Amino acid sequence: MKDVHAWAAIGAIILASTAGDVLLSYSMKRVGDVGELWKQRGIFAVIARVLGTPTFALGVAAMGAAFYSLLFGLSWGNLSLVVPASASLTFVANAVAAKIFLHERVGRRRWIAALLVAAGVVLMAI
Amino acid sequence: MTFRKYLVLAGITVFSTAGDSLLARGMKDLGTASLHNLPALLLAILNPWVAAGILLLLAFFSCYMAALSWADLTYVLPATSLGYVLVALIAHFNFHEEISPTRWLGIALIAAGVGFVAAGPSFTPTHPLADADHVVPDVLSPEVKS
Repeated sequence: MKDVHAWAAIGAIILASTAGDVLLSYSMKRVGDVGELWKQRGIFAVIARVLGTPTFALGVAAMGAAFYSLLFGLSWGNLSLVVPASASLTFVANAVAAKIFLHERVGRRRWIAALLVAAGVVLMAI
Repeated sequence: MTFRKYLVLAGITVFSTAGDSLLARGMKDLGTASLHNLPALLLAILNPWVAAGILLLLAFFSCYMAALSWADLTYVLPATSLGYVLVALIAHFNFHEEISPTRWLGIALIAAGVGFVAAGPSFTPTHPLADADHVVPDVLSPEVKS
């Protein structure tokens, strides 16, 4: 029964952090290259434009939800299950979500990388 | 990709790793956190280790957002995973901790994954989400077309 709770938390972490990463990436693409913006109009223009992007706040909220899911997951399951399972599956989920929602060109190179990193993270944690 | 942009990517790895380590060090002073001593948890930011950790994590978040403004999410994310490798290597060379063969294999896989992505294009050129008035210069650079 405890395992069911732990995996439910892992699912919530993956969903929330993938949603957060996609929303933040979407927001920053709308903001545009911050280096250029900084050079032309200064750091405060950068901060104002980032905070003025509505999806940015949503992304931060999703990241907060992921953090709290992690806290709950850690109290229900083992550290050695929850952290590597959620971290490695988030890499794969992000590659899928980036392709679907952000229309990024996720070619063979990036799929292989996502799987290698996911496998590597699991190996580092056991 | 310019040298400055690689520095921002390195900042993601270094700041997140150092920030997490400082937070962990600070939480050791404070003991077990629980919902019953919420005031103690709020006072945690007065601990110098925790305060420094939070500052570094803010620096990490700034670098992460900057990188996402000119590179794909699937390009930036593997850079964050290098932190796992960095922690293991610091533990090995500074604190002389043993690294098991399984962990060395994990380090190799993560490094290979990062290498795979870094050698490819950093930005999807026809990004439908980027407004035409702030298209980044990377779109025009020849490396993207390769």
